[in-house]
Amino acid sequence: MSATDSPPLPAVPDAVAQRSPWGEVLHTLLRSPTFLTGLGILLFWVICALLGEHFVPYDPLDADIINTLAPPSADHWFGTDQLGRDVFSRVIVGSRDILTVAPLATILATIAGTALGLVIGYFRGIVDDIVSRVLEAFMAIPVVIIALLAIVALGTSKITVIVVIGLSFAPIIARTVRSAVLAERELDYVAAAKLRHEGALHTMFVEILPNVIPPILVETTVRLGYAIFAVATLSFMGFGIQPPSPDWGLSISSNYGMIGGGFWWTVLFDALAIASLVIGVNLVADGVHGAFND
Amino acid sequence: MVFLGGQVLPGNVGRAILGPFADQRAVDALNHSLGVDRPLLVQYGTWIWNFLHGDMGTSYIFRAPVAPFVIDALGNSLKLALIAFVLVVPIGILGGVIAALNLNRPLDRIISLGGLSVTVLPEFVTGIILILIFGVWLRWLPIAAAWPKGAGFFTQIYYLILPSLPLFLVLFGYIARMARSGMIEALDSDYTRTAVLKGLPWRTVIWRHVLRNALLPTITVIATQTGYLIGGLVVIETLFRYQGIGSLIFTAARGKDFPMLEAGILTIGIVYAVATLVADFLYSVLNPRIRLGAEQ
Amino acid sequence: MTDPRQATNALELKDLSVAYRVGRRDRAVLRNLNLTIKAGEAYGLVGESGCGKSTVALSVVRYLPRNGSITGGSIALDGKDVMKLDAEALRRARADSVSMVYQDPGKALNPSLRIGRQLTEIFELAGTTGQAAEDKALAMLNRVRISDPASVMQRYPHQLSGGMQQRVAIAMALANDPSMLILDEPTTGLDATVEAEVLDLIGQLRRELSASILFISHNLAVVSNMCDRVGVLYAGMLVEEGSTKDVFNDPRHPYTVALLRCLPRGGQRKDQGRLDTIPGFLPGIGATIVGCAFAERCALATERCRAEPPPLYELGDGRLSRCHYHDKAQSLPRATPAEIPAVAPKRAPPVLQVEGLNKTYASHGRPLRAVKDVSVSLRPGETLGLVGESGSGKTTFARLLLGLVPPDEGGSIELDGKKLAPRLASRSEDQVKAVQIVFQNPDSALNRSHSIRHILSRALKRLGGLSGKALDTRLEELVRSVRLTDRHLAVKPRQLSGGLKQRVAIARAFAGDPRIVVCDEPTSALDVSVQAAILNLLADLQSKQDVSYIFISHDLGVVRYLSDKIAVLYLGRIMEFGPSEAVFSGPHHPYTEALLSAVPKLDRSESARIRLDGEIPSAANPPTGCVFHTRCPRKIGAICETQEPELSEAEPGHTIRCHIPFAELARLQKPKTMEPA
Repeated sequence: MSATDSPPLPAVPDAVAQRSPWGEVLHTLLRSPTFLTGLGILLFWVICALLGEHFVPYDPLDADIINTLAPPSADHWFGTDQLGRDVFSRVIVGSRDILTVAPLATILATIAGTALGLVIGYFRGIVDDIVSRVLEAFMAIPVVIIALLAIVALGTSKITVIVVIGLSFAPIIARTVRSAVLAERELDYVAAAKLRHEGALHTMFVEILPNVIPPILVETTVRLGYAIFAVATLSFMGFGIQPPSPDWGLSISSNYGMIGGGFWWTVLFDALAIASLVIGVNLVADGVHGAFND
Repeated sequence: MVFLGGQVLPGNVGRAILGPFADQRAVDALNHSLGVDRPLLVQYGTWIWNFLHGDMGTSYIFRAPVAPFVIDALGNSLKLALIAFVLVVPIGILGGVIAALNLNRPLDRIISLGGLSVTVLPEFVTGIILILIFGVWLRWLPIAAAWPKGAGFFTQIYYLILPSLPLFLVLFGYIARMARSGMIEALDSDYTRTAVLKGLPWRTVIWRHVLRNALLPTITVIATQTGYLIGGLVVIETLFRYQGIGSLIFTAARGKDFPMLEAGILTIGIVYAVATLVADFLYSVLNPRIRLGAEQ
Repeated sequence: MTDPRQATNALELKDLSVAYRVGRRDRAVLRNLNLTIKAGEAYGLVGESGCGKSTVALSVVRYLPRNGSITGGSIALDGKDVMKLDAEALRRARADSVSMVYQDPGKALNPSLRIGRQLTEIFELAGTTGQAAEDKALAMLNRVRISDPASVMQRYPHQLSGGMQQRVAIAMALANDPSMLILDEPTTGLDATVEAEVLDLIGQLRRELSASILFISHNLAVVSNMCDRVGVLYAGMLVEEGSTKDVFNDPRHPYTVALLRCLPRGGQRKDQGRLDTIPGFLPGIGATIVGCAFAERCALATERCRAEPPPLYELGDGRLSRCHYHDKAQSLPRATPAEIPAVAPKRAPPVLQVEGLNKTYASHGRPLRAVKDVSVSLRPGETLGLVGESGSGKTTFARLLLGLVPPDEGGSIELDGKKLAPRLASRSEDQVKAVQIVFQNPDSALNRSHSIRHILSRALKRLGGLSGKALDTRLEELVRSVRLTDRHLAVKPRQLSGGLKQRVAIARAFAGDPRIVVCDEPTSALDVSVQAAILNLLADLQSKQDVSYIFISHDLGVVRYLSDKIAVLYLGRIMEFGPSEAVFSGPHHPYTEALLSAVPKLDRSESARIRLDGEIPSAANPPTGCVFHTRCPRKIGAICETQEPELSEAEPGHTIRCHIPFAELARLQKPKTMEPA
C-alpha cells in the first residue's frame, strides 16, 4: 500500500495530553504535604547516619564512669546512660545500622517477591496454588516469630537479620505482585503478545512488569516502614543489631529496666527517634500510594 | 464456601504452618539426638497425634511436661489480647466510619494521619512512651502487668490496661483505615445513590445500605490481624514482664527449649486458624453473594 | 386525580451551569443550559460521551459527584426551585416527585438486601408498612411484567439477570408514582432482545403513568422511539431542540446533521460508499469556548462563527438551533468523500475453512458447550459478520480461530487449504501473522507502558520480520495507512483519544500483512462519529489489501455495513448462515427475525414487532431440542422441544437451523419488510 493511491483523507489531528503518566505522578508527589514531610524526616536521618559522627559532641561509644545516668543538661542535652555515654550523640549516630539493615532487607524482599509474584501470577496453575497456599500460611505467622526462630537457628548477625526480614517480607510483596499480574494477564495486550509468538520471559518482563511497577513501588515503601519496625523490634528483643552499636532498639532494651527509677531520658529519645523515622517513611509511602491512586 | 474453607484452613494450620518448622524441628531433633532414627514424617505425625491428645512433650529446661505451661500462658495472653480486641474493633471501625463521613475535612485528616502514625510504630516504642507518661510521670497505672496473687477480675483488667494500649494502637489505624476505605467505596456506589434518591433519611441510608456493605471486607482484615496481634504479644509481654504465650516462646527460643517452642507455635497456629474460620463464617453469613452463590 | 401541576412545567432548567473541580480549577461541564419538560412529556437528551448528559440528570436530583458544583442558574421541579430546598425538603422531593434509573442495574441495587426489602422501604417511607407494603411491592413487580414476583421478592440482586435487575430498578423508580422520571442510558449494556423488551416496557408504562420523562441516551434511534421532543447536547450546551420527528428528519444544526450521517442506515453497505465522519474532537471539559463550540469541526463555519457565540435561534414550531446558519445546516459538505474505488469481485478459493468446530468448557463440574459444531468458510477480501447476544459463543469462536484457546478434538480450521494447529504455540510464524485481531477495548489491547512507536515496531519486528531501516520505512507507511502521523509515535496510549488508540490497534494487527483480521466489537466503546471513521478505515484497508475480516458486533447496522456473509449464533450454535443480503432481507430464522426486530429504528418505521419472552438460557444448561424453542415466537410444536433441527440449505449458500420449512418461513415473514437502522 502506498500513499499515492490512498484517497485524500485528512490525517487525524493529534489529541496529545501534556504530561506523561510518570510526570503526572511526580507532579502530584511534589505537591503532597504528606510526602514532603515524610521525605524531610527521612532525609534528616539519612544525613545523620552518613555524617552524624562528624558533628556529634561526644563519641557515642565513649563511657564516662563519673557521669553515669546524668539527667539532660547543657553539657549532655539528652543526659547520659548507665555507662555515662552521651545519649544525644548516641541517638544521632544510632540511625546508622537500622538505615543499613532495613533498606537492604526491603530490597531483597522486593527483588525476591517480584520475581516470585511474576512467575506464579503469570503461569498460575498448580504451582501457583501450592506456592500461594504456602505463602498464605507463611504470612499468618508474625514476622517477629519467624525471625526469632531463624535467628536462633542461624545465629545473630546483620546478614541474618537482612536475610530473615527480606525473606519473610518477600511473600507479602509476591502476593501484591501476583494479584497485579493476575489482573494484567487478562488484558488483551498479553493476548496480543501471544499472537506475536512472544516468549514467556518477554511477556513477563517487557510487557507485564512495567505495568505492575506502581503497586510494587507502593508496597516497597510500605515494607520499608515495616522493615524498620521489625529491625527495631528484633534489636529490642536482643536478636537484631548487637552491642556495642548505639542502635535505638538496642539502647532501649538495655535501659528500660531502670524505667521505674525515673531515668526517662535513657529511653525516651531513642523511642522518639524510632517513632519519627517510622512515621516519616510511612508518610512517604502514603504519599506514593496517593500519587499512584488518584 | 464451606468446601473452600475446608480446603484452605486445615492447609494453613497443619501442613503449612508446621511445614516450614518441620525442617527446623528435624535440625533440632538431630542436635539433641532425640528420635533421630525415625523418619521425619513419622515423628511429625506422632507429635501432632500426641499434641491433639494433650501431650505436648517435655520441656528441656523445666524437665516437666510442656502442656501446663502452654495452657497457662495461653490463658494469660488471651486475656490481654481480648482486652485490646474488645476495645479496638468497635473504636477502630467507628473511627474509620467517622473519617469517611467527614471525608477530606479536618476530622478525617486527624483520624487518618493519626491512625497511620500510631499503627506503624513498633509496640515497644509506644509501650515505652506510654509507660513513661502513665506509669512514671502520672503514676496512674502500674508499669508491670503481673498482678498480685489472687487479684480480682477488675484488678486484673486494671493491670492489663497499659500493656493492651500499644496493641490497641497498632490495630487501631489498620482497622480504621480499612473501615474508612470500605465506607468511601460504599458511599460512592450506585446502590447508595439509589437509596438516597429513593428519599430515604440519611440515617437509614447509612445504617441499612452503606454500613453492611462497607464493613464486610473489614471483618476479614480483622481476622488476619490476629497474626500481627500475636507478634505484638511477644514484644509486649517481654516489655511488661507478663507470663503469656509470647514471652513463653521468647524464653523458649532463647533457651533453645524446642518442645516448648514448638508447642507454643502450634498453639498460635491453631488460634490463628480458628480466628480465620470465624471470620470466614461471619463473612459468608453476612454476604448473600457467597451464601447463595451456588443457586444461580 | 386532580393534579395542580398540570399547569406548571415538570422540569425547567434556566441558565444551568455546572463545573467539576479538577486540579484546583473549576472546569465547566454545562454552560447556561436551558431546558423545559412539560407535564406528561417525554424529552430525549442525546449527545456523545463527555457532552454533559449525565451531569444534567445528576444536577436535577442534586447528586453531583463530590467535585461537582452548580455554578449558576436554577432548576425547577414542578415549579419548585430545587436549589433552594433544605436537606429535608430535598429528601421529600426525592421521595415524592422525582425518580431516576441509570445504566448498570447490577450496581444500582444493594447487593446485600433482598429485592422485596429494597422495594418495601419505599412504601414504608410513605407510611405503608408490613403486609400492605409487601402487597404494594408485589403489585409493582407485576406492573413491570416480572413473572413470579413473589419469588423475586425473596431474591438478592445477583440472582437476577441484567434485564430483570433493570425491571426491578424501574419498579423502584416508579414505586413513589413520581411526576418526573429520569432515565439515564437505561438499556445500555443490555442484550439487544432484552433492550427491546425493556424499552417496550418503558413505552407501555409511559402510557399508564402520568410521569414526565427525561430520557438520556447516546443512541439516537432509542431516543427517537421513546420521546416526543429531543434536545441535542454538545459541549454542555443545547445546540438543537425540537420534536423528535423534526430533529431527526430535518436537522437544523450542522452537528446533528453530521451525527446522523455517521450512522450506517437503511441497509447501507461498504461498497455503496463511505460513511461520513466528524473531523476533530469534542472540546475538552472546561475548555474555553469563543464563538460557536462546533465551529472548529464544522465545514460551514465562517469568521462570524469563530468570533460570535450563536444564540439559540427560534425557528418556529418549538424548534431551536444554536447555529448562525441554521437554514443552511443541511448543506454541510461531507467531511469524508463518499466514493470509493470499485473492487471487482474475485472468485478465489476460500482463505478460511472451518469444519465442525467445538469448544466445551467445564463449568461447576458440568460441561458448557460454548461453541457447538460450527462450520463456516470465507474468501479473501470478504467479511464474515458474527451476530448474537451474550453467551452466543462469538468471542469464543474468535479465540479458537486465533489459537488463544484450543478447540475440542475433531473439528478443523484450514487457512489457505492448510490445517491450522489447535494451539497458537504449534502454529508456524506465517500462520501466526496471518490471523490477527483488533480487540474491543484499546485501553486493554495496547500496553500502557509502551510508546506507540514501541508497540508498532515490536509488531513489525515479530510479525513483519523487519529490522533497521526497512522497519522504519514500513513503520512510517503503516502509521500513514491508519491516518496517524509521526507525532503520535512518541506518546503512550493514555495520551491518545479512544479513536486514535483504536487506529494504533488496527495498525498493529496489519503489521504482518495478515490474511484474516478478527474485529471483536472494535467500535462499541467509541462514539458514533469516531465509529464511522474506524469503519471507513477498515473498509479502505480491506479494499486495498484483500484481507478478510471476522467482524463481531452487537450492532446490526454496523455488521451489515461491513459484512459479505453473516453467521447468527445462539448458545454456541449457528442458527443461520449466508450472504449478508440474504440473511438481512429474509426469509430468516425466527431468532434472526427477532434480533432484527429488536433494533430500534431512527425513522420509527416499525411495521411488526417480534419480541422474545424470558431470559437467554445458560449455555451450561441449554434447552433440549432446538435451543431456541424456549423463546421462539414461531415454535411449531413438540418437535422443537425434542429434536434439534439440522442446519439445512434454504437457498444456495444460505442455511437455516429450523424445523419450519424455508417456504413456510417465507410465507410467515412475507407481509413486512424489515430494514435495520
